[in-house]
Formats: sequence, structure tokens, C-alpha cells
Amino acid sequence: MVSQRREDWKTLSGLDLELQSTAKTLAELQISEDQLGDAGSPPYTRGIHSTMYRSRLWTMRQYAGFSSAKATNERFKLLLERGQKGLSVAFDLPTQLGLDADDEMSLGEVGKVGVSISSLSDMRQLMDGIPLDKVSTSMTINAPAMVLLAMYIAVAEEQGVPPNQVLGTIQNDILKEYIARGTYVFPPAQSMRLITDIFEYCSTNVPRWNTISISGYHIREAGSTAVQEVAFTLANALAYVEAAVEKGLDVDSFAPRLSFFFNCHNDFFEEAAKFRAARTLWYELMSERYSPNNPKSSMLRFHTQVAGVSLTAQQPLNNIARVTIQALAAVCGGTQSLHTNSYDEALGLPTEKSATVALRTQQIIAEESGAADVVDPLGGSYHVEALTKQIHDLALEQILKIESLGGALKAIEQGWQQREIHNAAYQHLNDVESESRLIVGVNHGLMEDDTVTEVLKLDPTVGEEQCRRLAELRSTRDADLVSDCLDNVRNAAQSGDNLFPHVLHAVKNDCTLGEIIQAMKDVFGTWMAPSGF
Amino acid sequence: MSEPWRIVVAKPGLDGHDRGAKVVARALRDAGNEVIYTGLRRSAQQIVDTVRDEDARFLGLSSLSGAHQHLFPRVCDLLKQEGLNDVIVFGGGIIPVDDRDALFACGIRAIFGPGTPTSEILQFIEEAVQVENSGVGEASDWYWTSSA
Repeated sequence: MVSQRREDWKTLSGLDLELQSTAKTLAELQISEDQLGDAGSPPYTRGIHSTMYRSRLWTMRQYAGFSSAKATNERFKLLLERGQKGLSVAFDLPTQLGLDADDEMSLGEVGKVGVSISSLSDMRQLMDGIPLDKVSTSMTINAPAMVLLAMYIAVAEEQGVPPNQVLGTIQNDILKEYIARGTYVFPPAQSMRLITDIFEYCSTNVPRWNTISISGYHIREAGSTAVQEVAFTLANALAYVEAAVEKGLDVDSFAPRLSFFFNCHNDFFEEAAKFRAARTLWYELMSERYSPNNPKSSMLRFHTQVAGVSLTAQQPLNNIARVTIQALAAVCGGTQSLHTNSYDEALGLPTEKSATVALRTQQIIAEESGAADVVDPLGGSYHVEALTKQIHDLALEQILKIESLGGALKAIEQGWQQREIHNAAYQHLNDVESESRLIVGVNHGLMEDDTVTEVLKLDPTVGEEQCRRLAELRSTRDADLVSDCLDNVRNAAQSGDNLFPHVLHAVKNDCTLGEIIQAMKDVFGTWMAPSGF
Repeated sequence: MSEPWRIVVAKPGLDGHDRGAKVVARALRDAGNEVIYTGLRRSAQQIVDTVRDEDARFLGLSSLSGAHQHLFPRVCDLLKQEGLNDVIVFGGGIIPVDDRDALFACGIRAIFGPGTPTSEILQFIEEAVQVENSGVGEASDWYWTSSA
């Protein structure tokens, strides 16, 4: 026997690897070629469209946002000018938690990890000069998603674009906030009610809007394996579908607008297989359980962002190579849109230069690599088909486990997913520290690195400026009207009326984000999820 | 390892990234220490209260949202105000090298960036207790030079 460099071989997520997969491997896993189907046909393993990127490339959508609405608006215009097709808004933490910039808890956080939006006037500045009937906008906003979408609709109306013409996505996925991302506000049941209110309102009034982006991204960043990423995400998705059906919505009225958001890590074949497995599994779950009439109800459409957690602070230019491998895997896996990270993200927010390299990486894959010229280029590979089936089967097992605990929501309340993820993260840390997993620049290929990496410096006055704008708004608006609008929000929260029209009315009358969310807190209360430690 | 210590690991501010805080907490615990993790979004007052109630020798602060320059000094000031001068404070997360001197000046004794081995944090703990006056409100100007 020829000696090998290691004794056991596993994927990044710990799946066993055989030296050479063969027809026998596929037979053992009970995979036959006719199960595979074609792209555009069930079970969609090979892709959701028959011609995939030959007809239309994925949307190159770079997540951006920092500082003030004005500064972010300038970055958006730059990205659009350089060929980006859609916008993706990063909000700062106060906005994501429904706090105004002048709230005491916001101190030091305003404009840091994203743009600060406290009122309609900020949203107006953010979208200034951007045609909202043409550009689609994705907003990473969850607990206060209804308020930010209402502001966006109000600004579009001011531009003369009616609600039924606006295009975009709100993340609106609260379950993964409890599991992994942390920007939750309300208790689970009340959060689910806000989400189903949005589904209901948008299905008639804002029909081109993707009302949720069910996200495995942050679950993976928190340390999960690829299998857990698929399983926990689809289990959350099933919880949303179930909640909407229980509310009395017809599955075809909202399921075609469900979208997904996955991570893409370094293990190229495992990641490409993961997307193929997720698509297949979602088709099976939806068609078996809900028998939808619209084929789109069981098609898994997804956005991908490459793995921030894979980037190293050491020798940062190496991250360009990592991002390229990851982005190529996402394209081979059939993503509908893609964000590529900038090489400096373990150090700070991307600079204009690093953000441009990230976008250019996608353009190189699209135009030069050949990966976008055929459908499912890895399909039929013994190795990739075997990985796809393994991930599919193991993820299904985990979904059934979650259901045996009472479903995603009950399992979260017990801290189950949080613990599982924490255990996987700790395992990974130990693998790196024991050097059974090598990472260039961290425990392998070390050197003194004298590259000076420029870090984006933020305007330190943004917090004060936001507070000043808010003070001005509060002193010039109609206070009685504001108070009536907030009473309406409180009453609707209490009565069970759909909250959306009341929130839209409130933002149009200059109620702030913090005031509207506080009105909801008055009725709903707040919550802390178990950490899993 | 010489002695088990009581260590509070805390997330000040609004940042939700706690993968790092939790794995560091677990590594410190597996090394024999008693570790209390505060959970997300703690105010400076809540963190200081936890340190006092738990009678902790060490406090680890984690932030990846860029608000460390506001949040870490606030916690240090409050520890000093409440007479908890001998608590040894360290920090971690995404903290640019340029920002670190200001944090050392507040009495923080180490800043660990991404990729730091947990063994290094344990070494820091062993050494910090040997250094005289290394508490947050004490006179030493010693700090740990970290690898990341």
C-alpha cells in the first residue's frame, strides 16, 4: 500500500471521503441517473432553470453599507456604475435592533457595521437618484423588517413607483437570529406573527417582493457543518410555511416568494454538492407535504455569500484565492445571486479597492472561467453525486430530529441548534489547534507579513450627525399625528389586525424606527434566546 | 496550570457575533477555570454587576462590530468606579492594531485578534497573575504582546 499524507480523509464538515468514488459508490448510495433529472425539472438537483446562466447570469450583489445614508448612497452608485446589478443594504446594529441612532444603547454603534436608518428621511437619502422600479434591493433586516420595507415602499411611491412595481428581498428570518445571528427583539410567537403579517400583506400589495430570505449563512458562520446548515435552514423554512398555512394562507400565495441564503466555504466539492442537495430536499419536502399547484412553490432559489469566517487576518491577500474557490463552487452549485467577500474583511470594513477586486472576481468567473457556459458542470461526477446524496440524507435525518423535538421553534427554545453549532465550532477550533486541519497563514505557511493593509476609516461624527437630524425631525413634525400613529400600531399589535398598513402609515408620518418598534415592544415584550454555551 | 480562576466572558454593546466568545469560554473552562458567559448585548453596568456577583478574577470582552473604542473603556471606567480595580481585563475580536494602545491605556492587559491560539490566552492568564498590579485600575503599564 502506498503511504498517504494523512490517515483519515474527511471533508471540511467531517464527511468521510473515499479515495476514488466509482459506479459502485453510487449503487451503494442508491443513486440512479434517472433520479437526477434535467435542470429546470423536478427534483431540480441540477438547477431551477433549464438554460441557467446561458440565459441570465446570477445577480452580482455586493452587500454594502456604512456610516450615513449619504455615504452609502455614494457607494451604491459606484457599485452600479461598475456593473453590479442589484443592491444589498447592510444596516448598522441599532437599525437592525429597532433602536434609533440617539438611543442610549446605540452609542458607539451608529454607522459602524452598516448604514444608520432611523426615519423615512434617512431612507429617502439612501435611495436618492436610484430608480426603484429598475434596481432590485436586498435588505438584511429581520426583527424590524416590516418598518424598513414600509420606508422603502414610501420612498418608491415618492419616486412615482407603485408598491406592485418594487423589486427586492427582506431577510425577515428571525429563527436564525435566535440560533446564530443575535439581532432578535421580540419573543418567538410574536416574531412569527410579524412575519406572517408581511407574507399576507405583500402577497396582494407588493407581489414582486421576496418576503423572506431563509438563511443558513449565519448558521454556518457561527460554526455549523454543511449538513447542519442545510438541515437547520430547511427546518426553519418549514416552520415559516407551517405558520403561514396555519394563519390560513394558501401555500401558492406565498411559497413562490420564499428565497434562501447560503454560505459557501472552502471545500469546493462539498459546497457545490450542498446546494444541489438543498434544492433536491426542498423540492421533496414541499411537494410531499403541501402538494402545491405552482411549481415555483417547491423550487429553492438562493443567494450565496462566501464564507467570511474562512478569511484570515494573516497575509490578507491570500483571501482573494479563497474567495475565488468559494465563488466558483457557488456558481457550479447554481446560485441565483452572489456576494463575494473582500480580502480585508478579517481586518475591518472593505475599502473601495478591496470591494472592487471582490466584484471583479465574479466577473472573471462569469466571463473567463467557462463555469457559466453549461448547466450543472459537476453533475454526474461520482464524487459530487455521492456527496450530494450524503448531505441530502444526513440533512433529512437532522430535520426529522428537529421535528421530534417539536419543530424548529421549540428546539430553539431548548437551545438545541445553538448547542449543536457551538459543539461543531469547538471541534473545528480543536482541529485547527491540533493541526489536523491546516490553514495557510494561521498554522501553516507562516511568515512575517509586512503587507500594510489599508483599513477603511469611518467618519467619527456620523453618530452625532444622526442625533442632530433626529432632534430636528422630532421638533418639526406633527406630534399629535405621531402619537396617533403609534397608538394605531399598539392597537393592531394587541388586536391581531395585520400590522403592515399601520406601520406604513406611521413611517409616512415621520414616526421613527425606534418609536414604532417600542410601540410593538409595549405589547409584545422582549426575549433572550439560550446561547448554547 | 497553577490554579483555576473565575473568568467572566462578556459581549458588550449590540454585536451578535459570539462564536469566538463561546469557543474561548469553552477552552478556558476545559483548562480547568470556572467560566461565566454573559450572553449577548450586555450593558457596561450589567457586565460589571456580573463580575462583582461572580467575584471574578478576569474579565474577557469580545466585540466584532467596531464599537470597541466606546464600549471597552466604559466597562473599564465602571469597574474602577466600583472599586473592582484588581480585576484583570482582556479583549478580543476585530480590533485594528492602531486602536489597541488606547485600550491598553485604559488598563486592558491583552487584545487577541482573529487566529490567536487559545493556548496563548491561557499563557496570558498565567503570566498576568504573576505581574504585580495588573488589575484594570492598578499601576502597572504591562500588557501582553499577542501574536494576532
